[in-house]
Amino acid sequence: MTTLSPSTSTSTPAGVSAQVDPRGLRFAAALTSLVLAAALLSVEPAREIALVLTAAQAVVFAIGAFLGVRHSPYGRFFGRVVRPRLAAPTELEDARPPQFAQAVGLAFATVALVGLALDLPVLALVALALALVAALLNAAVGFCLGCEMYLLVRRVAAPAA
Amino acid sequence: MIGVWVLLGAVVLAVVVAAVKRALDGRFRTAGPEASSRDGDGDGSQLEVLTPAEIGGELGARLTFVQFSSSFCSPCRATRTLLGDVVRTREGVEHVEVDAESNLELVRRLNILRTPTVLVVDPAGVVVGRASGLPRREQIEAVLASVGG
Repeated sequence: MTTLSPSTSTSTPAGVSAQVDPRGLRFAAALTSLVLAAALLSVEPAREIALVLTAAQAVVFAIGAFLGVRHSPYGRFFGRVVRPRLAAPTELEDARPPQFAQAVGLAFATVALVGLALDLPVLALVALALALVAALLNAAVGFCLGCEMYLLVRRVAAPAA
Repeated sequence: MIGVWVLLGAVVLAVVVAAVKRALDGRFRTAGPEASSRDGDGDGSQLEVLTPAEIGGELGARLTFVQFSSSFCSPCRATRTLLGDVVRTREGVEHVEVDAESNLELVRRLNILRTPTVLVVDPAGVVVGRASGLPRREQIEAVLASVGG
């Protein structure tokens, strides 16, 4: 059985260099990809559905960004249903990079929501597509696009000497 | 219908980004006048020189791997483990890790865009090569072979 049961791992206080199962991150990214793809496909034919799906994904991103990825619904589902069926993880990952990436995802989902609410379908499509690219990369090859952007953002944000 | 095309476009873009990343990660490029102009580094004709004070660590007698890391970076830890493992068994080869966020001036000067970025630094502090992304062990070994193992 796993050495870290879901209950002990979720009781770790957020921010204290918490560790997460990388397979859970990939699983959550795959679910995120499905939801974003469904939202993308419904922008034109059924904007209300796209709005509901995008809003739901934005809430998931927000929980992951503010409370930690283990507390997001996808992370909880992985911990309760998927991980008990898998072997113990061979390695754990720092929870901070994916948590930052959830905040980047939230930013894109928010832009998509604005686009849907203000009847700007192109804005919504572009924002959803970019979020989907990031989620697909994370799910398929474990590449965290949001994390890559961190240093670039810091470079631009900090005043030049 | 447009949603289907945008979805396909997103999938294609993800595949392209993954392929480019796989090709570029850990590939050591030689620094120098011709290398910099090829990479379009702007002025580029100057070799960068690092001092032990700047990187917060001693330079190896033969070679130093200077790794730039940030907190939101998963491959940085794997890079640290790999480089630490490689230098442990070798005389005169050092591994120094620099926190990119608290050394933004250095990051700008060296035009570092991603973490991890690994600089290959000679005993005089001259940056002779660099790679970004998690390197493979054989890529590190190849750099070491170029200075005689």
